[in-house]
Amino acid sequence: MRARLTPYLCVAPFFVLFTVTGLFPLLYTGYVSLFSWDLVGDAPTFVGLANYAELLGDDRFGTALVNTASIFLLATGPQLLVAVGIAALLDAAPRPTTGWRVAVLAPTAMSVVAVGIVFANLFGPKYGLVNAGLEALGIGAVDWQADRLASHVAIAVMVNWRWTGYNALVVLAAMRAIPPSLHEAATVDGAGRWRRFRHVTLPLLRPTLLFVVVTSTIGGLQVFTEPKLLDAQPGSANGGASGQFQTVALYVYQSAFETRRLGYASAVAWVLVLLVAVLAWVNYRLTKRMAGVDG
Amino acid sequence: MRRQPWRVRALAITTATALIATPSACGTGVAAREPGAPIELSIATFTEFGYEDLLIEYQENHPGIKVRHQRTGQGGTYHQQLFTRLGAGSGLTDVVAVEEGHLSDALAASRLFHDLAVIGPREVTGNRWLDWKYAAAKAKDGSLIGYGTDIGPLAMCYRVDLFAAAGLPTDPELVKPLFTSWDTYFAAGDDYVARTGRPWFDSAGQIFNAMHNQLATGYFDTDDTLVVASNPAVKQNWDAVTTAARRGQSAGLTAFSAEWEAGFRAGAFATKTCPSWMLGVIKAQAGPANAGRWAVTDAFPGGGGNWGGSYLAVPKQSAHPKEAAALAAWLTAPEQQIRAFARTGNFPSQVEALTSPRLLGTVDEYFGGAHTGALFAAQARKVSAPQYKGPGDGRIQEAVATPALRAVEQGTPPEVGWRQLVEGAEKIAR
Repeated sequence: MRARLTPYLCVAPFFVLFTVTGLFPLLYTGYVSLFSWDLVGDAPTFVGLANYAELLGDDRFGTALVNTASIFLLATGPQLLVAVGIAALLDAAPRPTTGWRVAVLAPTAMSVVAVGIVFANLFGPKYGLVNAGLEALGIGAVDWQADRLASHVAIAVMVNWRWTGYNALVVLAAMRAIPPSLHEAATVDGAGRWRRFRHVTLPLLRPTLLFVVVTSTIGGLQVFTEPKLLDAQPGSANGGASGQFQTVALYVYQSAFETRRLGYASAVAWVLVLLVAVLAWVNYRLTKRMAGVDG
Repeated sequence: MRRQPWRVRALAITTATALIATPSACGTGVAAREPGAPIELSIATFTEFGYEDLLIEYQENHPGIKVRHQRTGQGGTYHQQLFTRLGAGSGLTDVVAVEEGHLSDALAASRLFHDLAVIGPREVTGNRWLDWKYAAAKAKDGSLIGYGTDIGPLAMCYRVDLFAAAGLPTDPELVKPLFTSWDTYFAAGDDYVARTGRPWFDSAGQIFNAMHNQLATGYFDTDDTLVVASNPAVKQNWDAVTTAARRGQSAGLTAFSAEWEAGFRAGAFATKTCPSWMLGVIKAQAGPANAGRWAVTDAFPGGGGNWGGSYLAVPKQSAHPKEAAALAAWLTAPEQQIRAFARTGNFPSQVEALTSPRLLGTVDEYFGGAHTGALFAAQARKVSAPQYKGPGDGRIQEAVATPALRAVEQGTPPEVGWRQLVEGAEKIAR
């Protein structure tokens, strides 16, 4: 009896923790989303799918979706390019120094709140350092708070600053795993450094790059701290004066704790979960197809 | 090193047991108190209430009571937590501080707070406070949910050097005509902008807020019906502020942002709506380099007004409501609030405190030697009956009106900003 129980007990902590902190909140959020549920109100009333129906016609939710997608694209694209570039540089270094790798990873280890506060100051419209630089260059100041695209760029810069180094190390690890014989064979065939990178390294990095894209997708859809701290009004969840940089995660927070509609906020959260699931599935299919083609 | 599976297994089993056992341990944790054991009270405040020494003294005078003080730096975070825990039904301290802007939400949930008129010490009556301060903490059902701590009577602050450069009077007595009504205030602003080309005030939200609090009826009528769209006074204030902002009177600096703070140092605006606690903010942000450049006068457009100040309340969650109410009553007595004032500058809301020589004798060298104690005591008496605040009132002000005004400052047409305000208010009031 004991012998049969032991393995279950050994794996139990994970499942207990997952149930308590992962599965239960997920399902309970789904349950709450079917109610009109005020944060401090008396009794929640069952409303079925009314919250979801309302969501379809909610302009603010639409704006938040577009903002999230825009910030995600502005963040993931440059991030991938730079990460691969940094990884290639670190890979090409004759003596890989630990110092460089630590330096590359340092932003990831920093408190996102501290980073957010510093960047919000840098991107200050009137007295910010970035605008001072732009004015010195003769480009002119940009209103990082008011302008929708500019605010997205500012947030994407924060996200990139934080995650590029981490992704670079993941890509570097994959580069190091490429058998040297492949490079040697290509060199014998007369391929230069650039050709070897394009036709040997990049194709073999594909699964890793997809992994990076998947994790960036999941992270990108949940961007919260950066836009919250960029907003000049302390504590605001509005994402700018008119929600011009309010992300979906920020909208969930605002609906729950400012508008105090827990049911509606839960519905938004569930739609976000579904979106992440769909995108993860698309990524998974792509990975499988690519792996099939290459293998 | 050799792997040690037994150790891993033991760890796993311990962890699993601990996880399973924890909830039941919590359940039995609320044991009956031994007779004679000290009662442990807890109190939660945000920013600076100046209670540290007072609480030590209270425990010395009450050997049977231990007080735990929970402090939060930011008011916004604090109140969000307060209402989340209020809704959840657990996690609050025995005494909680509630800021004026969030009081309407607490009043709307008055069933979750004790009536201090019932459980509080008999000798504590409404006579202790300024009438409007006391009346504002009365819920619809007549219960008193909070004892007033401090208030924020409004005066006007202005930059002496900027006024002089623009050819305006600089003496606190001579500037008063500029601040008799909002019309004279905005007219002076137009004049100032024409002469200097620089902004008159810091941000539209800071002006609108003060104007709004002077209205007899605000966002809600006394039936809790949202009247933001139908109350002409709100729209008039909106028009006045947005017109002034679009004429260049606003520096467009969002209050309490890093840029707003920098604006004090840079002299980015010439006037500032000044609740008593704002003097501390100006000193901290403008810094010693600007000492003597700021002045304060006991005039305010449209009469007096109040901005800020807090209450102490006892939630029904408290295990020791009577003791908690006694503590709150002691802390909000005039003697204690005068000591808190000396420590933090929070202006007392107690009638007796306003005549205390210690308060009236306060002089602030930073503001050109102004008798700030007497000045704000006089302003406090000018505050008329409080405006009725409906549920969500403070959130509409903070999370809807302020951003809508910011949008106008950033170039959104005023009519579009107005719609944003009305729609946002409807969302919160539903």
